[in-house]
Amino acid sequence: MLKQRPFLVEALTAAGLIAAPFVLPYLGFTPTTINRILVWGLFGIGFDILFGFTGLLSFGQSAFFGTGGMVTAYLLTVMNFPHVVTAVFIGTIVTAIVGVLVGLIALRRTGIYFAMITVAIAEVFHFVEFNPLSDYTGGENGLPGVPTPIFHLGFTTLRFNTDWSLYVFLAFWYFAGLVIALRIMRSPVGAVLRAIRDNPLRAAAVGHNIHGYKLAAFVIGAAYAGFAGGLLGIMQGFMPPEAFTFDTSGQLVMQTAIGGTGTLFGPLVGATVWLYLSDFLQTTLNLGATWKLVLGLIFVLLVCFLRRGLIGGIEDLYGFMTRPKSAPAAPKGAAPVAGATAEQVAGVTAEQKQKTARAEIAEEPPPLPMPARHRSTDDAADSILQATGLTKRYGGLIANSDIAFTVRHGERRGVIGPNGAGKTTFFKMLTCEVQPTSGQIVFEGRNITGMSVTDVCQLGLTKSYQVNQLFNRLTVRENLIIAVLAELRGKFRLDLLRRLKGIPGLTEQVEHTLVSIDLAGRADVPVSGLAYGEKRRLEIGLALASSPRLLLLDEPLAGMSPRERIEMVKLLKSIGQGRTMIIIDHDMDSLFELVERVTVLQEGRVLVEGTPNEIKGNKAVQDAYLGGVVAP
Amino acid sequence: MINWGNFISQCFNGLVLGALLALISSGLTIIYGTLGVLNLAHGAMFMLGGYAGWLAYTYTGSFIVAVIAGSLFVLIVGVLTERAIVRYFYTRGHEDQLLVTFGLGIVFVETVRFLFGSLSKAVPPPPPLVGITPLGFMFYPTYRLALLGIVAVALLALYLVLYRTRIGMIVRAGIEDSAMVDALGIDVYKVFTLVFGIGAMAAGFAGIVNAPVVSIAPDVGEAILVQTFVVVVIGGVGSFPGAVLGGLIAGEIISITSMFNPGYSYVMLFVAMTLVLVLRPYGLLGAAGRE
Repeated sequence: MLKQRPFLVEALTAAGLIAAPFVLPYLGFTPTTINRILVWGLFGIGFDILFGFTGLLSFGQSAFFGTGGMVTAYLLTVMNFPHVVTAVFIGTIVTAIVGVLVGLIALRRTGIYFAMITVAIAEVFHFVEFNPLSDYTGGENGLPGVPTPIFHLGFTTLRFNTDWSLYVFLAFWYFAGLVIALRIMRSPVGAVLRAIRDNPLRAAAVGHNIHGYKLAAFVIGAAYAGFAGGLLGIMQGFMPPEAFTFDTSGQLVMQTAIGGTGTLFGPLVGATVWLYLSDFLQTTLNLGATWKLVLGLIFVLLVCFLRRGLIGGIEDLYGFMTRPKSAPAAPKGAAPVAGATAEQVAGVTAEQKQKTARAEIAEEPPPLPMPARHRSTDDAADSILQATGLTKRYGGLIANSDIAFTVRHGERRGVIGPNGAGKTTFFKMLTCEVQPTSGQIVFEGRNITGMSVTDVCQLGLTKSYQVNQLFNRLTVRENLIIAVLAELRGKFRLDLLRRLKGIPGLTEQVEHTLVSIDLAGRADVPVSGLAYGEKRRLEIGLALASSPRLLLLDEPLAGMSPRERIEMVKLLKSIGQGRTMIIIDHDMDSLFELVERVTVLQEGRVLVEGTPNEIKGNKAVQDAYLGGVVAP
Repeated sequence: MINWGNFISQCFNGLVLGALLALISSGLTIIYGTLGVLNLAHGAMFMLGGYAGWLAYTYTGSFIVAVIAGSLFVLIVGVLTERAIVRYFYTRGHEDQLLVTFGLGIVFVETVRFLFGSLSKAVPPPPPLVGITPLGFMFYPTYRLALLGIVAVALLALYLVLYRTRIGMIVRAGIEDSAMVDALGIDVYKVFTLVFGIGAMAAGFAGIVNAPVVSIAPDVGEAILVQTFVVVVIGGVGSFPGAVLGGLIAGEIISITSMFNPGYSYVMLFVAMTLVLVLRPYGLLGAAGRE
């Protein structure tokens, strides 16, 4: 919907902001309440970018709300700075700088640690405002006498000194803030932030510096908070010290959760409900301090029963009302799984079935090959990857011991071994997900030992995972966009206002990958709507989309039906053109068909290496798998 | 100029506060370690313990009854909260768990405010512990001295339950891998309920035994919650010894800084937390992977 009508959201918001002063007073809103809603809505936009889009729940936004407000108020009152809007912007910039420093500490950890650290930091700000800096901030009295904006335009003078004129001023800035936020969320950075929310591990593995992007989201959140804090002082003519309290952070979190996260409008809706109810309960129903109890109960019920807040609830209701009557068609590739058992009952052996399927699939046109990133120093004779003395110990457990492993350019290599042989640990070391205890890895002549998984992916070495690691709330196309962006933009870039469409080569490469992995028809389906085999292909597509020169595949055939296996082998063959691949799998038949050489791991060591035929006939390998009981 | 008498007395204050924080943080950390839920209503549990004890005291006049009533009431609140609400959030994300426990904390605080008002309430120490005790080199309030002993006994009891009983063994195994405990045929949900109750009770007990030192008010738990977070970050999430060590460190930092300038006590606490985060990201006694 948004794609076809690019400025629909902006236009509707503008219309809503213009209509509000004519409609809301009839519903019992005072002008002050409406202005407060705008300030909290703007404050919440930044928080929604941080929490709703990036998945970082901060309970410390009060620190930035207060900092922006105090800097602005101090400039305008104590220092008699003449330009109101400039003062607000200076406050915002100071807050953003403070946000960088705080973010560097808070983002050392994620999840609940992050939440706890932000609470603690915000409390420090509160204390500093009240005690050491009380000479500047007024301590518990705050800073009174913040002036309202005046603009001298030569021919006339604009004064925003009444409630409704301030509404115009605040509505303008709310609108500006929203347009910028929408733009950011439609930019490549916005896409990466969503990916980090869904699966930070994979976002890093496809080549994004997730720490940098998280810090960016944190600073954006801080800047919005600082800006809103500045406007708060101007709106009230007084900068209240309460802006720094834990209650402020809590109120923001609750308003955003009530309205719904991940929409940018949630905070505005939540603030409307919250401030209206608090007015209504206190003045109309005369409940006094009990209003907070009522709102607390409403909040708990909403979190329990309406996970996505009011906006999410309305969306679900709308989706429920407009749902098409007929069930969607079954995805391709799902049916044969059910059919297999019926055929087996009818006397068709798995082998026969495999043969027919093989013949059928052979007739289909081959998938498009995906070229690897070109590199001038390509030299087919050279080794692309060389590992020496690779050892990994977990305490007393030795997962890998003194592995020497060399792969030539363009080679297709298989890695097999019984369960627990250390295959996955070996792969994790090659992609630098885990650091080896000792040993060295050289990729294209460069020592990559100790580098991060992100940097290694940027160099052209990546992996598809044994257990699917997808961005579950995004569509197939969006998943691939994330991976392609890492190649086209590098690991970190703050192109906040750039459109996705404006990135040359992005659409082509995504479409190309979609066709290669045979998901072109399912491009706009969210991952949660895919069948297992489709998810598996997308998993490989994510690794493929950044056009790596060395692709590692960890059990690509795991859990697939016989027919899906054949399709996958065909896909892997086409991917392998012009690219080096290392494949782990337990399906020997398929693997031996795919690869040129096989390395056998046993108990963390290289047992033997050779061509598929050599391996098939090797006594040691048979012993490793069968315990040496059964003779060939 | 440092007044040494004052300094030693502040060190003692730090020890008392530290022991108290250690007890509250242990409650928070065993709940998180076992259930994977960070209970943002933990500060409210501290407050509820104080109020339940105060109510029992006003009716009976007995401090011991107050302590028992405060602890048991919070144990029951904890068990009911886990059964009625928290249980349904194990399969939801951390964010939802934080939101719902945060909301519950507000509901508890505001309910108490609704019932008893915002004014603070005082519980006097039991008569034998009123007054000051000469320690040879200084005089120290008798109840604070006793409080140190009381909290130490409570911590010891918690330690014995965790490390010397079958149920404690199950809880510790649950902290390492609750799915595995479940797979071994132990009803892990019953253990979860119990752990949530005991963890909350640790906070509630601390709330009532601390009432004679600092009078209770509906929002008394908020500051405690923040300090508890710092303790857990310093000590390491899910680690009982870490909570004790972190608690003592935090208590001493707050008390000793307060001697020079109370306004900087939080700043110093924060500096300590930052140092730990930079040097040992998983806390002094924490292990990687318990996040």
